Amino acid sequence: MYNSIVLVKQVPDTANISGKVMKEDGTVNRAKLPAIFNHEDKSALELALQIKDKFGGKVTAVTMGPARASDILRECLYMGADEVLLISDRKFAGADTLATSYVLSEAIKKVGDFDFIFAGRQAIDGDTAQVGPQTAEKINLPQITYAEEIIELSGKTVKIKRKIDGGHEILSAKLPVLVTVIKTAAEPRPFSAKRVMAYKNAKSLTDLESMAEGNSLLYVDALVHEYTSNSLFIPTMTMDDLKLDPARCGVNGSPTKVFKVESVVLAGGNHVTVEATKEGIGGLIDKLMEDHILG
Amino acid sequence: MSNFFLENSDLQFQFNNLNIKDIVDLTENNYQQKKDFNYAPKDYEDAIENYRKVLEVVGDLAANDIAPRAAEVDNVGAVFENGKVHYANGTLENLKQLSQADMMGMILPHKYGGLNFPFTVYMMATEVVSRADASLMNIFGLQDIGDTIRKFGTDKQRDEFLPHFATGEYTGAMALTEPDAGSDLQAVKLSAYQDEKGNWFLRGVKRFITNGNGDVLLVLARSEQGTKDARGLSMFVCYGDKTVVVRRIEHKLGIHGSPTCELQFNDTPAQLVGVRKFGLIKYVLDLMYRARMGVSAQSLGISQAAYEEALKYAKEREQFGKSIYSLPVITNMLLDMKVSIESNRSLFYSAAKYVDKKEKLEEHIEKLKAQGKPFSEETAKLKHIIKVANFLTPITKYVLSESANKITYDALQIHGGTGYMKEFKVERLARDARITNIYEGTSQLQVVGASGGVINDVLGDFFDEKELKEYKGGLSRLANYLKEIRGIFKDSLKYVLDKKENSFQDAASKDLVELYSYIYIGYLILDEAEIEPRKVFIANRYIINSMANARKNAESIKNELFSDILHADKILV
Repeated sequence: MYNSIVLVKQVPDTANISGKVMKEDGTVNRAKLPAIFNHEDKSALELALQIKDKFGGKVTAVTMGPARASDILRECLYMGADEVLLISDRKFAGADTLATSYVLSEAIKKVGDFDFIFAGRQAIDGDTAQVGPQTAEKINLPQITYAEEIIELSGKTVKIKRKIDGGHEILSAKLPVLVTVIKTAAEPRPFSAKRVMAYKNAKSLTDLESMAEGNSLLYVDALVHEYTSNSLFIPTMTMDDLKLDPARCGVNGSPTKVFKVESVVLAGGNHVTVEATKEGIGGLIDKLMEDHILG
Repeated sequence: MSNFFLENSDLQFQFNNLNIKDIVDLTENNYQQKKDFNYAPKDYEDAIENYRKVLEVVGDLAANDIAPRAAEVDNVGAVFENGKVHYANGTLENLKQLSQADMMGMILPHKYGGLNFPFTVYMMATEVVSRADASLMNIFGLQDIGDTIRKFGTDKQRDEFLPHFATGEYTGAMALTEPDAGSDLQAVKLSAYQDEKGNWFLRGVKRFITNGNGDVLLVLARSEQGTKDARGLSMFVCYGDKTVVVRRIEHKLGIHGSPTCELQFNDTPAQLVGVRKFGLIKYVLDLMYRARMGVSAQSLGISQAAYEEALKYAKEREQFGKSIYSLPVITNMLLDMKVSIESNRSLFYSAAKYVDKKEKLEEHIEKLKAQGKPFSEETAKLKHIIKVANFLTPITKYVLSESANKITYDALQIHGGTGYMKEFKVERLARDARITNIYEGTSQLQVVGASGGVINDVLGDFFDEKELKEYKGGLSRLANYLKEIRGIFKDSLKYVLDKKENSFQDAASKDLVELYSYIYIGYLILDEAEIEPRKVFIANRYIINSMANARKNAESIKNELFSDILHADKILV
């Protein structure tokens, strides 16, 4: 039996960026982009579920994000996660990877009892690939990044094939371990119809608060009780719940500052015709080596 | 992310206007199951939300997983090797995902692991899946096999088979056709015999069996030796074990992903399903209801796919300095396709609801009987519903499958020469469509099936009621056309009946059935146009076109186009 915690993130659908969502300064207007489940995090969840299918155990999905991130936690439930946890607080806004990994690592300590922490290699919005490794460092765990396949799992040891430049590397690690996963590691399973029907109304504290705001007959406490007793409550933790140091959260805890965002337009320039002769091609190669494109 | 359910505005329209509370109330047995199954709905609204959410999952799978695999599935197809049938890899992937998503037992009850969905909603899923890969419908759509066992089998049989259907572990097949028993199933020869202990065995050959390599087969067999007609046939269920030999699979024009098998039963152990001698006259007829609706869903899915391809191509393809989409002849073809698809969809879901109501009411009456409660009111209602369903099922299959052929034909035409090439999807769609008006009863048989209802004017009361209704504005003009078509129908019917000539009546029944269908479909769309203004365009083109066709149908009858059938031998030299 192996218990897994999976770190997931809701990201803007950067694959569908059109002119409309670009601001004049070249940054992306996130509010206008559909929010989706980061692909590699979905593969990470799939890997955790496959371990559960084979060996038994529990899968807990954790996300840090705004209230609407409960969308992807519902999707985790649809795929087969046993439990989910939303870490949400306005004070987390503007967090860089350092602040994010601090919050996540503290939340993981709270959840406890795990053999694996899975995360996607990186999120498609920031593309840093730092949150997984930084989280491992903070909890003092071994880590295997860019994982493509679990080759062997027995007792307290796992053997994993990871992708490296130009090939693969096979590493063993003692459990518990943090593993970041690339997309080819596992094709995420479709949502289970039964789980979709069972958890479609799962709500986080913020969801319930906004329900109560819109209807004077509803009280948050009563709603939380009702949803909890129907197994439809998505537990939510704030900075205070986790007893975090405010100086290490959100903007305050983030040394990374965006200096400048540039919109780079790739466009073709002048072209040169190269004669299909030995001399012509030789000249081309010289030019490419001169520009450090070759060699 | 594309989604074949969410992004199909007409299917959304049909879903949002389902109004199936009566069906769902009966299906969910007044919502008592929530305590045993956390996914069971708590009320009608919750049930509808469940259907919507699950259809979204089907729409996602269809658009993003199944459709991209369809070309490869068509290219490789199911293969027969060393006596074994192998699905194409894409088909295997599709089935794996559909099973993981709990979609292989959509209409089976909760307690057997199914979703307990109404038939109508299952049909929506079937349409969506068929649009992605028509050949997959032939396996996905065989969920009816499980449902037939549920309806007519014993508790023991239900427990034995249904949970495995629901998980997708078993796929099924219905083995009816034989080399000498195609449209005429009364001629089935495959023999069922008993040993001294009363165990049944099957011996003989079946042909053209879709998914005949399936794990569980429903087999129509002659249990009464020496008989020659339908009353000697019973229904059996058996495993596709080593005694069932696949002799070959067919090389077909289309639906390559679906294996069509010739089967040899070598003393195969089997169990009787239901009552002896009722195999064809009760169980197969019941199974055919739903199977024909399945093929109609397939036709609709193929039509939608072909239309999407044609529309996309017409917009992209430029000739004479502009996209061919804006050439009136092409626009006109696209409008014809779109109007056919939307009117077909209205007919289809109307028919699906009748089939659904029929089944739910039948079961409800059984329950009332068992509880010793009165049921005469329900029986009267059922009688009417059966009559309508008996008409709507064949007419739907007839209209939708013929239409799928026309739509794919036109879609290919819009593509011009490129459409004839393998690189374009429309070529596959045209091949896949061609079987829909042949199997599960040819169009000619569907006309025979529907003509009884037409001659007895089963929808007469419905039409009377509609004629009294006041339609506003432009719709009243269209309503008048429908009255006129009904007049034409009545005249034509009278002409045929007065003639008292069987061969004339047989030949004319196609025209009569078509005439009758225009009126019914016309009123369906007219009512829809009251809800959504855009549908006025659909109603307009459909009804005006029907008016023109109605005159043609009537002219054929009244000018005795078919009188030369009597002289066929002299003409057909």
